[in-house]
Amino acid sequence: MKAYRSMVLISSDPISMQQGAQQVFDLLQSKIRSFGLEEEVSLSMVGDVGRHDVAPIVIVYPEAVIYGPVKPDSVHQLVEEHLYKGRIIPEMVASVRELSGRIAWLQARKGTLPAEKRIVLERAGIIDPTSIEDYILHDGYTALAKTLEMKPAEVIELITKSGLRGRGGAGFPTGTKWGFVARAPGTPKYVICNADESEPGTFKDRVIIEGDPHSIIEAMAIAAYAIGASEGYVYVRGEYALAQERLRLAIQQAEEMGFLGDRIFGTDFSFHIHIHSGAGAYICGEETALIESIEGKRGEPRSRPPYPTTHGLWGKPTLVNNVETLANIPAIMRHGADWYRSIGTPSSPGTKCYTILGNVNVTGIIEVPMGITLREVIAIYGKGMKNGSGFKMAQTGGSSGSVIPASLQDTPMDFDSFSKAGVSLGSGALLICDEDTCSVDLAKVLLNFFRKESCGKCNPCRIGTQRAYEILTNISEGTGTQQDIADLMTLSENMNLLSNCGLGQTAGTPLHDILSHFRAEVDAHINLKVCPSGICPMSGRRI
Amino acid sequence: MNKVKSIEDLKRIREEALKKRDAKTLSGQKQIIVGMGTVGIAAGARDTLKAILNFIENEKLSDIVVRQTGNIGWDSHEPIVQVIIGEVEKVTYGKVTPEIAVKILKEHVVGGKIVKEYVIEA
Repeated sequence: MKAYRSMVLISSDPISMQQGAQQVFDLLQSKIRSFGLEEEVSLSMVGDVGRHDVAPIVIVYPEAVIYGPVKPDSVHQLVEEHLYKGRIIPEMVASVRELSGRIAWLQARKGTLPAEKRIVLERAGIIDPTSIEDYILHDGYTALAKTLEMKPAEVIELITKSGLRGRGGAGFPTGTKWGFVARAPGTPKYVICNADESEPGTFKDRVIIEGDPHSIIEAMAIAAYAIGASEGYVYVRGEYALAQERLRLAIQQAEEMGFLGDRIFGTDFSFHIHIHSGAGAYICGEETALIESIEGKRGEPRSRPPYPTTHGLWGKPTLVNNVETLANIPAIMRHGADWYRSIGTPSSPGTKCYTILGNVNVTGIIEVPMGITLREVIAIYGKGMKNGSGFKMAQTGGSSGSVIPASLQDTPMDFDSFSKAGVSLGSGALLICDEDTCSVDLAKVLLNFFRKESCGKCNPCRIGTQRAYEILTNISEGTGTQQDIADLMTLSENMNLLSNCGLGQTAGTPLHDILSHFRAEVDAHINLKVCPSGICPMSGRRI
Repeated sequence: MNKVKSIEDLKRIREEALKKRDAKTLSGQKQIIVGMGTVGIAAGARDTLKAILNFIENEKLSDIVVRQTGNIGWDSHEPIVQVIIGEVEKVTYGKVTPEIAVKILKEHVVGGKIVKEYVIEA
């Protein structure tokens, strides 16, 4: 997305609309155009920003000035004075500076524009993914060249210093992981790129591979050099036919040009990449199940420890990194660790890709520095909630992610802030739900997914997900009891503690979140036999 | 293509590619870029691309490069077509059906006038 000098937000909740928000928006648009500022100022309707007494509210970034109530006849002055001449108009500023906690974020953000910053998506949508020349033109393979002039230990140190953390969901420090594999005894060593992106709603990896396949190849070669591997695998989700095709072509081109194969850049370093297609199992995104699958076995997770860093593919030390993590590597090698640390938050440097979906006006993928808030994502990139409805909850990171209630939408989205709030960032899918979504129904849909995707190896997950789904079905049919809630809590806890792998361990997370944040709604289903959103069937049936 | 043996080789290839690009830009070459990620294709980018190629062939237009790219992140607006003419900044069009694509070709690429109603901005 384009970089703007200023960002103008207009409240568009029902009260603001009644007070002429649409007219103000239209007028602003035409005035901005008549001053020739349309290239410099962005304009969007943002739904409810709180404080209806001063509606409609107009907020101007990056000064974080709140104007309200804005009448159509004062729009000209606002555009001319503030946007054109850059002078704040004190007499139009809303009477209250702090518009309650609801948009306190405006003050915190003062002076900064939460704009997109593209590192991993830098070239996606710009270059031709089928042309290696286009990639080279955009600094391609210079990072690999630079890497080969360094010692492997120096490369690992640089990645460690950059503070890069795994983007697959868990947020493990990448440099540390590389160090583990490099120090592990045994050869050969392997590099695996985990592109089995099967969390529903996540499609960042697909966009990266489809738009910029060479960046993954370059990153894998850098990783291989650092840990001392000469073979690599990309495990691509079976449904990603186009991504596989582009990756295959890219590997072929890289081999022809000598960026892959034997004696790369005339050094002693050799590296080969193979593509392994998944076959549609959600569990194969888990790294040990993925390794089993490459070995030709049934995709079931292994018991850990030992971890893949020492006993991975064919029992050898193996590095498994997510696509987005790897896509950060060439940029870090080119620009250095300090540059990377300057982006994002101190504990979670860099950017994060988010796929936005659900009840928002504009869906798609964005890449923003770590630490942006959910409210900003919805207002600025989602262009507000669809049909002007209110925000109820969001699910981050696909099915196994956390459910975030409206009260947490001002929490900065980075690994540490989220874990402090008791939620997880996950893979970066943001499923935005409005007030018409029923939390029981959402939980039911998620557990239905898990019970089908559970590999069946361990009991807590295989039986737990099925049982939780049945209980939720009863609640949604109006035949639930209070005992069911206690049972669900126990199930959620037991699955988390006793399951063998991430699938079962996280299957209870959304359940737990919904029961703790939306307890009243669940109680209404049980005690009053009513679904407040009118979604659940409530037929009186019981399994 | 020859194998790249050293950093100098890589630099040379890059500079050649840069020269080639600059020459194209200076000569005012027209580029039409169609977003061909999964989302774009699902939204009908292949038909749009076909319509563009057909139009260029039927009208016997020359000096137009049509190429593909990945997803730029605005899924709601797919299929997306970007037009670059010489050194002028690129114009991004959204929800480009084959009919709209022909209109853009006629009015913008040939006529030089941006079709404002389909332009999308962040």
